[in-house]
Amino acid sequence: MPEKILMKGNEALAEAAIMAGCRHFFGYPITPQTEVAMHMSKRMPKVGGVYLQAESEVAAINMVLGASAAGARAMTSSSSPGISLKSEGLSYIAGSDVPAVIVNVQRAGPGLGGIQPSQADYWQATRASGHGDYKMLVLAPSTVQEMIDLVADAFALGDKYRMPVMILSDGLLGQMMEPVVIDEKKVDIPEKPWALSGHENKRKHNVVNSLYIEPPDLEAILKARYEKYDLIKKEEQRCEEYMTDDAEIVVVAYGASARISRSAVDAARKEGIKAGLIRPITLWPYPEKAVVSRMGTAKAFLCVEMSMGQMVDDVRLIVGGKRDVRFFGRTGGMVPTPAEVLREIKNIKGGI
Amino acid sequence: MPACSDALKSAFFCSSCDNGIIHIRIPISVGPNGLTVVCGHYGTGKTNFAINYAINAARSGKKVTLVDMDIVNPYFTSSEYAEILEKEGVKVISPSFATTNLDIPALPASMYSIFDTDDEVILDAGGDNVGATVLGRFSRKIIERGYEMLYVTNMYRPMTSDPEDSVMILKEIENACGLKATAVVNNSHLKELTVPSTITDSLQYAKEVSRSAGIPLVFSTVPRRIAGELPADECFYPLDIHVRTVWEKGEPIW
Repeated sequence: MPEKILMKGNEALAEAAIMAGCRHFFGYPITPQTEVAMHMSKRMPKVGGVYLQAESEVAAINMVLGASAAGARAMTSSSSPGISLKSEGLSYIAGSDVPAVIVNVQRAGPGLGGIQPSQADYWQATRASGHGDYKMLVLAPSTVQEMIDLVADAFALGDKYRMPVMILSDGLLGQMMEPVVIDEKKVDIPEKPWALSGHENKRKHNVVNSLYIEPPDLEAILKARYEKYDLIKKEEQRCEEYMTDDAEIVVVAYGASARISRSAVDAARKEGIKAGLIRPITLWPYPEKAVVSRMGTAKAFLCVEMSMGQMVDDVRLIVGGKRDVRFFGRTGGMVPTPAEVLREIKNIKGGI
Repeated sequence: MPACSDALKSAFFCSSCDNGIIHIRIPISVGPNGLTVVCGHYGTGKTNFAINYAINAARSGKKVTLVDMDIVNPYFTSSEYAEILEKEGVKVISPSFATTNLDIPALPASMYSIFDTDDEVILDAGGDNVGATVLGRFSRKIIERGYEMLYVTNMYRPMTSDPEDSVMILKEIENACGLKATAVVNNSHLKELTVPSTITDSLQYAKEVSRSAGIPLVFSTVPRRIAGELPADECFYPLDIHVRTVWEKGEPIW
């Protein structure tokens, strides 16, 4: 195979999982995610892995729970309506302290919504992917190459913190193709002494469970889990900054919206407007430190999303009313253009 | 190396055949009232090729109908480029719900007009055997009308980077649609990273696909911006790049 190859985002997600040592994939087709499952169905038999098309999304996520509890690197993928169906399982995975990688190639919602790209599942991913007090790590790639890198990170982070990790993609990133370099790295899967891998009468049996009979026990476990979340907030924030050093108008966008916003920032700079871009790579934990550090030069922030405005809440919480935080979005399967984002930047520039 | 049919030779204005490789002066399209099926693994660049092919045919004075038969994957299909195509005088027949938010795989009744027209007809098939299955429903009528079927392959796509794998995908497509490919189009590229060596490095691959599939290599495609930098002793088909993402479109935005 040539050194550089052309990959579709969805294929890259699947191939990267295989490279990361994932040999258990449980899926169910839904546009615009289906190529993840399709690629897995072709590749898994060749690498001694399991591709299983479950009878539903609910079944698939519970198979992930089972495989992960047994210590395997397991993955499932879907698109927005399918992720809603998986929410029960996500909560159980979080409550059972097992790692898992879940891909959401977002499409328009609510309900059946539509098959065109969207970023309207931000709240679901970062706030309420299921019931109960819990968090998922959420990673947001914006190129096909980055998908490969982040899938590897997702498995590693999941194992490290024993929790679900979501790759939040969208229909545009999933369907487009870009040249990538596949760099086969040696994979170190850590020991999982907690896993249900068979005690062989040599140790006490392990228990993977999310049911706690006594309320004080559950409260103590949740508090301990939230200490872990605090550590993650401290250690794992990631973002990419572009031209933010002197930026008066800081655009904040992730995924495909960040690609569009970057073009708009370039155009604004050509017109002498000091614009920059913060591109969150982790959506939970949110890259608060970067936003705070740019409040020095920033007169205003502009959140660009393919939604009615969801991530903008996080920026507003961080900025705490000290700077103007605007929002521009297209939704329902519509994709903003660089020209539209530039117009918003100019509007803000006119007002400051 | 297998040789091209007379139809393909005349269609592409072949000037000579050397070792079975056709030399092309001006790429136009398959002969009068021809029907050309464009098939291949998904993501090889079928749609971008089909759009170029249709526009070139229309510019040569032909009446052209392009049928988007990709009802398997609703993203980056030729229906999205209907405006460009129609401006060039190409008639576009799209799946009933193309470019909408619906995922309903249905072809319109107007599809049947291709068997009742003098237009040059280009069928842009969906990817792989799954996409080509749709063709099966029309295969009898396509065979009756007469056709060429171009198999588009790209060395830089992981599933077709090995000639044998590529031929395997071709065989799956042929089995699914009941039609036989008549020529190979080498569309090896790396999108915006394509340089002349990207293409020259793929020529041996393309010839192996052709030999192993037992059908001629009609040409290799090349982005127009570097068309002049390729060797003169091989056949190349210059392409304009239509299929792009919104941030790649490069239109002046200010």
